[in-house]
Amino acid sequence: MNAIFRTFVVAAALILGLPAVAADEVNVYSSRKEELIKPLLDRFTAQTGIAVNLVTGKEDALLQRLKSEGANSPADLLVTTDAGNLYRAKAAGVTQPLVSDALSTAIPAVFRDPEGHWVGLTMRARPILYVKGKVDPATLSTYEALAGPDFKGRICVRSSDNIYNQSLVASLIAANGEAATETWARGLVANLARPPKGGDRDQIKAAAAGECDIAIANTYYLAGMLTGKDPADRTAAESVAVFWPNQDGRGTHVNVSGAALTAAAKHKNAAVQLVEFLASPESQQWYAQENGEYPVRDGVAVSATLTAWGPFKADSLNLARLGELNAPAVKLMDRAGWK
Amino acid sequence: MNTHSASRLWSAGIVSVALVLALPVLVIAGFVFVPAGDTWRHLAATVLPDYVTNSLLLMLGVTVGTLIGGVGTAWLTSMCQFPGRGIFEWALLLPMAMPAYIIAYTYTGMLDFAGPVQTSLRGLTGWGHGDYWFPEVRSLGGAALMLSLVLYPYVYLLTRAAFLSQSLCVLDVSRTLGNGPWQTFWRVALPLARPAIAAGLSLALMETLADYGTVQYFGVQTFTTGIFRTWYGLGDPAGAAQLSALLLSFVLVLIALEQSSRRHSRYHQTSQRHQAIRRHRLRGWRAAAAVAFSALPLLFGFLIPAGQLAAWAATIAHTVYDTRFLSLVFHSLGLAAVAALAALVFAVLLAYGKRLHPSSAVRAAVRLAGLGYAVPGTVIAIGVIIPFAWLDNTLDAWLRATFQVSTGLLLSGTLAALLFAYLVRFLAVALQTVEAGLGKIRPSMDEAARSMALGPGQVLRRVHLPMLKGSLITALLLVFVDVLKELPATLILRPFNFNTLAVRAFELASDERLADSAPAALTIVLAGLIPVILLSRSITRSRDAHST
Repeated sequence: MNAIFRTFVVAAALILGLPAVAADEVNVYSSRKEELIKPLLDRFTAQTGIAVNLVTGKEDALLQRLKSEGANSPADLLVTTDAGNLYRAKAAGVTQPLVSDALSTAIPAVFRDPEGHWVGLTMRARPILYVKGKVDPATLSTYEALAGPDFKGRICVRSSDNIYNQSLVASLIAANGEAATETWARGLVANLARPPKGGDRDQIKAAAAGECDIAIANTYYLAGMLTGKDPADRTAAESVAVFWPNQDGRGTHVNVSGAALTAAAKHKNAAVQLVEFLASPESQQWYAQENGEYPVRDGVAVSATLTAWGPFKADSLNLARLGELNAPAVKLMDRAGWK
Repeated sequence: MNTHSASRLWSAGIVSVALVLALPVLVIAGFVFVPAGDTWRHLAATVLPDYVTNSLLLMLGVTVGTLIGGVGTAWLTSMCQFPGRGIFEWALLLPMAMPAYIIAYTYTGMLDFAGPVQTSLRGLTGWGHGDYWFPEVRSLGGAALMLSLVLYPYVYLLTRAAFLSQSLCVLDVSRTLGNGPWQTFWRVALPLARPAIAAGLSLALMETLADYGTVQYFGVQTFTTGIFRTWYGLGDPAGAAQLSALLLSFVLVLIALEQSSRRHSRYHQTSQRHQAIRRHRLRGWRAAAAVAFSALPLLFGFLIPAGQLAAWAATIAHTVYDTRFLSLVFHSLGLAAVAALAALVFAVLLAYGKRLHPSSAVRAAVRLAGLGYAVPGTVIAIGVIIPFAWLDNTLDAWLRATFQVSTGLLLSGTLAALLFAYLVRFLAVALQTVEAGLGKIRPSMDEAARSMALGPGQVLRRVHLPMLKGSLITALLLVFVDVLKELPATLILRPFNFNTLAVRAFELASDERLADSAPAALTIVLAGLIPVILLSRSITRSRDAHST
């Protein structure tokens, strides 16, 4: 028993004596996971000598941390994987304008906050995926059409708890109004092949296995399956194809991952420098290659997988609207019975 | 100072400590007074009935699952002799090292429509989609099963300890009165073990209510998923906190029911004399049935999922095990060790304080301090962030105004905040265990020791702590394993550049990269094994020590 206690005490002593942080630095709260940001941060440090300190976590929790810490918050940047949370950070008053000519020239206005509080760093598309051979792409057209009687029992989509579905519905509200979107959501729920469960990859796998003919999923999940190590995932991913909906209208629904400069930022210059680095063609290409996300700026080479899906027209709705319409979208999905 | 005012001071001290530990829960409960707009009307009209029904059904399922798995195996391994008993004795604890969300991901990967089991079934039979029925893992029933598989060890552990410490004389009396082994089980051993079973079950149920990873992945809408949806999706923290408060009222009702049902009973045993247990030897089909019954939870709760994780980990082993991975291991183990020690110290303080001064104020405050276990980790984390940041900012503002110095944030974003959150979240585990241990020591022992002019501190050190040794080690190791698995609070509260195994496993698994997450997940399981095995050995040994 004493040996056990002694081990615990030694471990305790070791953990509490942690190294302190470096002097020239920038502090990042990121809901983008470590795997998909750390390599770039390391490159930034190698190039500039500025150390980057990172905490990853869920966006809402990080935002709460930022709000509670107030003017003393150590965070300089908030990085999130959707525009809705950037909007929420701005609405909570914990951000400030991020002034950079380099960013405003490189990144199109729809991917930036109108007042410059945040910028998009990668674009993520949520198109329709269909099983090759079972669905004639000519029968596909828009998100709206998926609620029609032709697709009864043929669609897989994940839970409405997920921010990607919430943003998609928010974009439909922006385009068609709340009443029409609720009718649409009811139609979509009636067409589901199974109650929503699992993540985006699960929808693709279910479609490949024959449980449904059509899945709604973000493309980088499909890219991840195609280039991943699991042969079963690869086979499943190869059996579906991408259909870009709403090409004759507003375009396919897209969202961004992005960064906001915090109001409490103490390393403002370094922070802006880091965001410019993340928006640089080099970093943009890394995201395209590594995680199958689309660049937010022109002239960046994407991976062969992305090239094969072809170009598409993206919805030009300013992404701040997705944040504004998020709560109505969630309530609407509750009413429509979208689990 | 006279005894009366000393006692008052003690009570006040215990109540204050308990209240500080209950602070995050109180902060959340405080949101009840913040108006939440029309969120409630919306929730009540749409999804709230589902949340309530699903949470209740899930608790019911976990109750049935953990009682059958936990009490049944505890009885078999402590009172019967059958092949492999010595191995099952400790191996049955292994599923405890498995985080619930990991087992959920693992089984889904195997049993889903697109998984290897169903795919080979279709390959063998030529069936297609809709031609056959297959149990759906990702359902309410599936969630109850997953949670039961990893939570039954709580019931097993505490119940087995209770069975082992039951005075054999009691059981012998039962036998001489003509009761068979089954009747002895139902009529004597089980009722006597009831406080321990209740303690184990309430841990399992609180963990069930706090679970987010499993139910969220399975698409089962419970209170916890509702809290997150209200907070994140509807952007209404007050509404979410109010849902949390409602969740807590579930727990309070549960505790009240259990306590009122045994209000007039006492469970101290009059004899501390034990003899080596003469285990009932099982033969033939009975032995086979006992082996099968004990093997099932072990197989499904540990061997199969751990095997799958190992298989996944093997495919990518060469890419992950580097120095960064070592630092994850070190962080996880260190945090778990510190939190376990702290939880033990506070649990002993509160439990003993309550024993000495069982006034209603003390009892209520201690109860309140244990509530954190039923609250999802994220909610606890927010309950920690708000008061800590407030304290830091207030102090900073005051120092700036008075001395023109700025301290910045002293506690927020440090390991201290994280450790406090662990303490709040897992105190109940240590508290239940220590209280269960103290409950078995007759008050007459205290009185005898006090009559020999020992002070309360001396009674604790010289009488209670030695008798409690088994419970203390149990508490320490339980909290250790729990912290090792903890995810949401760690995710939110940890300092810059600080990761743990659970964070790593979750980040990859939630990106649906199961194979990539396997090495970290497997390491959590392996690191959890050592304390679990120690735990089992210490219980067996404490029994042997008694029997001499």
